[in-house]
Amino acid sequence: MSTASIASPTATPLDAERIRADFPILEQTVNGKPLVYLDNAASTQKPRQVLDAMDVYYRRDNANVHRGVHELSNRATEAYLAGREATCRLFGIEDSGELILTRGTTEGINLVAYAWGLENLRPGDEVLLSVLEHHSNLVPWQIIAQRTGAKLRFLDIDEQGRLELSALDTLLTERTKMVSLAHVSNALGTVNPITRIAEAAHAVGALVLVDGAQSAPHLPVDVPGLGADFYAFSGHKMCAPTGIGGLWGRRDLLEAMPPFHGGGDMIEWVDLERSTYAMLPHKFEAGTPNVAGAVGLGAAAEYLRGIGRDAILAHERHLLAYCIERLGEIPDLDILGPRDLEERSGVVSFTLADIHPHDLATILDGEGVAIRAGHHCTQPLMKRLGVGATARASFYLYNTVDEVDKLVDALHRARTLFGY
Amino acid sequence: MERSALDSVYQELILRHYRNPKHRGELEQPDVVIPMRNPVCGDDILLQLQVRDGRIEDIRFSGHGCAISQAAASMMSEKALGRTFEEVHPLAARFREMIHGDEAAARDRALGDLRALAGVARLPRRVKCAMLAWDALDEAEKKLERNHAEENGEV
Repeated sequence: MSTASIASPTATPLDAERIRADFPILEQTVNGKPLVYLDNAASTQKPRQVLDAMDVYYRRDNANVHRGVHELSNRATEAYLAGREATCRLFGIEDSGELILTRGTTEGINLVAYAWGLENLRPGDEVLLSVLEHHSNLVPWQIIAQRTGAKLRFLDIDEQGRLELSALDTLLTERTKMVSLAHVSNALGTVNPITRIAEAAHAVGALVLVDGAQSAPHLPVDVPGLGADFYAFSGHKMCAPTGIGGLWGRRDLLEAMPPFHGGGDMIEWVDLERSTYAMLPHKFEAGTPNVAGAVGLGAAAEYLRGIGRDAILAHERHLLAYCIERLGEIPDLDILGPRDLEERSGVVSFTLADIHPHDLATILDGEGVAIRAGHHCTQPLMKRLGVGATARASFYLYNTVDEVDKLVDALHRARTLFGY
Repeated sequence: MERSALDSVYQELILRHYRNPKHRGELEQPDVVIPMRNPVCGDDILLQLQVRDGRIEDIRFSGHGCAISQAAASMMSEKALGRTFEEVHPLAARFREMIHGDEAAARDRALGDLRALAGVARLPRRVKCAMLAWDALDEAEKKLERNHAEENGEV
């Protein structure tokens, strides 16, 4: 990841007002108040550029891909391939055969867990995860461990929600075959030092899968340059539609893996008893793909590339710093996660006095402010932190300082309602 | 949802039950124990009852939850204590109707204090919070019936 050109946190190079004009959904009021959308770690909004590209696809070019020889099928195939190419350009992927289009991060992790894990894991082998993983990077490995007899091991965190890297030396052994970690924690915003961990994992012969759901949208990630072997991400968290995402994998590993799903489009030749498989990436894309989703993903990739991911990161850091400063004014408000802003992304998880996060989210919704409350699909992490649930505000390129002020005002109102 | 809906939910009575819930804790010798989870938010409740001849003679609940679920559990415990399951049924049914938006139920005096939770009907994602303790009570009755049937060799 290149973070060399980050602007100073006091300045933001983005014209958020101009960017907001690209997002029609942000123009509405909710419960009589202007919508303040701060649930971007869950899903992001879509710019006109993405909506228009998908609309044009369905109005003008829609057909099935790869097999037809007619004009519309040609256009649909071109559009699908172009979506993949644009996504590769955003993430620095030179070999587009290494980018498998999936339904999202969850499918990407399951693809590796099933196709690689069932083939390669033996009883006694170990898969190293961490306690801060999203359920989607825990449950697939639990299933595969049960099927193969492999053991799951876990990196712990410190009180600031940072991985205890000092334990890496003892946890990584010749038994470790896979290290699967979030790049950025969806619940706390912790940015994990993937490159350093990948070096240590490779030194013992383990592979590294990165859950990039929270880094692909927010950090200027050069995916192959990260030093990992697989990287999974979701489109809907980066301005693209739901139901599309990607899994990047090293070509030699993907070629050695058996298919995940069987069906049309992933074959070379089919006999009744056996088949040969298509070249990468088609080997892992069985069935009619999500063509419109790929078109949307490509448009989102172009949109983000046009704005510049360094600028987006700097903007989010600016909002994060301002938000943490303003939240500091609210009595009894505790912020979870790393104190050093360089170690976190634009996610602020917090609790406020004895007010349950779900009550907070309901009260904030009444003020038009959308946040997430709950366990964030990280129940083991919540247990580890000793909290039942947290409230979480998360930013993206279209959020503003004014919206942070509205969040703070709404939190003051929640305190008042609860008699503080 | 307007401000008034919020104000009506997060009113003093609810917050009083949230901060000082009735019958919170655990029984030494419960006849039935029901753990129940709200999968939406991960909140949970542990409901314990002492029951004699179908009458709820003692009741406790523990677990974690929001103001709505804790207040609902506290108020449910007040309504259930000393009553038979038969006597609680109409109240539970009426409460369920109110939480699901039945306006006549929201005006029904039979519900008493429970009407303080009427605003939840306008918060669709919070309906389960208000119903959790009542669902647990329902489950407790079913479990007692199953236990009874087993003891009598009917299964």
